[in-house]
Amino acid sequence: MNRAALPDQASTQAVAFDQLFWTMVGFSVLIVLLVGALIFVFSLRFRARTGVPRKSVAVLESRRVEIFWTAATAFFAVFFFWYTSTVTLDTVEAPPDAMEYHVEAKQWMWKTRHPSGVREINAMHVPTGRPVTVFLNSQDVIHSFFVPAFRIKKDVVPGRTSTVWFEATKPGTYPLFCTEYCGTNHAVMTGEVTVMTPADYAAWLETRAEGETLAATGARLFTEAGCSGCHAEASQVHAPDLSGLFGRDRPLANGDIVTADTAYIRDAILLPERDIAAGFEPIMPNFTGILEDGEVEALVAYIRTLGQEGLGQ
Amino acid sequence: MSATDAHGHIEQEPDYLGAGHSIRSWLLTTDHKRIGILYLGTLIIFFLIGGAAATFIRLELATPEGDLVTADTYNRLFTLHGVIMVWFFLVPAVPSTLGNFLLPLAIGARDMAFPKLNLASWYINLAGGALALAALLLGGVDTGWTFYTPYSSLYSNSYVTLAALGVFIAGFSTIATGLNFIVTVHTHRCEGLTWMRLPLFVWSLYATSIVIVLATPALAIALLMVVMERLFSLGLFDPAQGGDPILFQHIFWFYSHPAVYIMILPGFGVVTEVLTCFSRRKVFGYEAMVFAILGIALFGFFVWGHHMFVSGQSAYASLIFSLLSFLIAIPSAIKVFNWSATLYGGHITFEASMLYALGFVGLFTLGGLTGLFLASIPIDVHMHDTYFVTAHFHYIMVGGMVSAFFAGLHFWWPKITGRMYSELWARLAALLMFLGFNFTFFPQFILGYMGMPRRYHSYPPEFEMWNVLSSAGAVILAVAYLMPIVYFSVSLLRGPRAGDNPWQARGLEWQTSSPPPRENFGPLPVVTREPYDYHAADEEPTAREGELNFPTRSETEFRE
Repeated sequence: MNRAALPDQASTQAVAFDQLFWTMVGFSVLIVLLVGALIFVFSLRFRARTGVPRKSVAVLESRRVEIFWTAATAFFAVFFFWYTSTVTLDTVEAPPDAMEYHVEAKQWMWKTRHPSGVREINAMHVPTGRPVTVFLNSQDVIHSFFVPAFRIKKDVVPGRTSTVWFEATKPGTYPLFCTEYCGTNHAVMTGEVTVMTPADYAAWLETRAEGETLAATGARLFTEAGCSGCHAEASQVHAPDLSGLFGRDRPLANGDIVTADTAYIRDAILLPERDIAAGFEPIMPNFTGILEDGEVEALVAYIRTLGQEGLGQ
Repeated sequence: MSATDAHGHIEQEPDYLGAGHSIRSWLLTTDHKRIGILYLGTLIIFFLIGGAAATFIRLELATPEGDLVTADTYNRLFTLHGVIMVWFFLVPAVPSTLGNFLLPLAIGARDMAFPKLNLASWYINLAGGALALAALLLGGVDTGWTFYTPYSSLYSNSYVTLAALGVFIAGFSTIATGLNFIVTVHTHRCEGLTWMRLPLFVWSLYATSIVIVLATPALAIALLMVVMERLFSLGLFDPAQGGDPILFQHIFWFYSHPAVYIMILPGFGVVTEVLTCFSRRKVFGYEAMVFAILGIALFGFFVWGHHMFVSGQSAYASLIFSLLSFLIAIPSAIKVFNWSATLYGGHITFEASMLYALGFVGLFTLGGLTGLFLASIPIDVHMHDTYFVTAHFHYIMVGGMVSAFFAGLHFWWPKITGRMYSELWARLAALLMFLGFNFTFFPQFILGYMGMPRRYHSYPPEFEMWNVLSSAGAVILAVAYLMPIVYFSVSLLRGPRAGDNPWQARGLEWQTSSPPPRENFGPLPVVTREPYDYHAADEEPTAREGELNFPTRSETEFRE
């Protein structure tokens, strides 16, 4: 593909995007030609010195014309909304079998962790043909994860986990940019996403030192940081059992009901005094400042796996 | 100048320029016309400062490496450019200069409803501008004009507090001007000037004022929250304290999207006045134009979420914001089509202000259409925070608004100064501005589609070609912007007298002398007809009486 004006098209989203994009470009060109022609032709034909007759435009007729183009514009506005939204709705949720990558953004680098635990900095290797969900966390300010060749982008907001997903289709190396201004070296907070065939990807993984998966790190921390002292099944302390928790609705002491998602679990670790689970004393210590950056995400990832096991039983 | 003309005849009443010559008579004036001139003075200074920053940005981006200035300096340059251009140029550009000067004239009034508040607005604007400039001189601000948290509130080591306070204070000036306009339009219209007889320029200023008064407080709150968080660690946006960084974006864009309409609506008004005058036609679909202005002002409040499609806001919220953003295209399209239709059957001449106005329609159309791309969620996901967005809003703000501002300045210059300028140079500048603008900003659409992010000090080499083109275009644009300074200065010093109504325009402001007397009118006018009565509704438009004969210098008497 011509690199001078067109970005690579390397994901399933990119194909859908380009279809939409060029349809709208076509429509826009038509409108620009229409308006340009109106202005140009009228300017030429009715310039002061020409002797063409200037028939006055009757009031009724102009009303009709106005109604016509208001209706036409309204139709196109709603049509394009419908046309683009259907694409949006199709791609909100990642397929359930997606591979899970974890990406930590910090001023000014990307730290990625593969499903197998392999870690990279400012780089990411993915296989073709498999949906990939990227879990995004920031250690400082807002960054944004943008791979133009995939036509995907997601802000990485501190204090919450965002996700974005894609399915790569074409092997190659594609740039990764930070697109939310994040300070001095924003412009060099870039990286590369390498797309490989599944066979190449498997071979590549072989060459890498086996790392700890994020959930495994979390499991280790669960003991080391003392979580298991209260939350393990054998514990004497009256604390919520975490297996099967993730994704469930939880009643709170104040009568509200919340879904135990990543944001809730994160807050429960860092701000335990805020949302007290119904039936429990507010005895959980606050872990702000005790856990390092990235450790909370590891714990959340571990608790997610507990949830999946719980649901599986 | 004095109360006598060159032949020693006593004039009936000195014009507003002759009403006093001391610095004091300017700095303590309550004459809306002089306040308009004061604003024009500060506005030009701010435009030149913001333009200088843009020049450095384009120079830096002429090569992929970050070799001209350091990354920190670059970040301060685009922040300077944004803060100054948005709040100290674009927002006050038309309302505070042309609006201040012309609103009372256009509705047959002797002054604003609150002349002293009007002067106070200028001083408040000056104070805010001084604070912002101080922040920039002390070492600058590096947050971007959007001040996104938590970068601005917790991480930036620059003069954020000072700059935010500067913008905060300038906001009061804008609100005061907006209030003044609203009350003036309600209470000071002359006899017979009903709402549906108001020129669209007045309607657009009125709608702008309402948006200003309702939206600006949200900006004030957002900025104050950032200042509070910086000074007292309030934790509003700090996730470690349970704050939410996204909250800032909601409040900020609740102001800043309507602010886009604060900037562009007055341009709609100016362009309508100019197009009708130089095509000798009634505006096509007056009522539709009024409702389109009001509709845009109203809808503008409900689309802020389209700035946040990738921030993690709920997909369903995004859908609603997307729909509303598509719908706001309808009144905008009505305006474009009505302007085009206004040309039909006219007797069109192409004075400089007409060229600017026609350029406005074209550039606004392109800016508006690319807005549809950004209203559509999947496309915005790719385009968000890339040069596509930069190009889009420069088409609206610079291609649209600045063209409209220049159209207005050329149109009313004879009224404001009483003198003509070189029509030839002015037309040349208008053409050059249109060409230079497209040359500068069209390549940025392509850069955005290719994926080049905004606010990048250096960039990968595959983006080089389009950046070089854009920087080359910026040179043309800079020349086109500097040209009016020259020929307007020449006009001030030795321009031929304009006469009261050189364009044979129909607005009330043209029925008084040029420059207008201190009290604007002798006896106040009484309006008996519709606006833009270049021809009766059921009659053919007629050509202007005689050729437009600009007086040459030799026929002119000079003031002493």
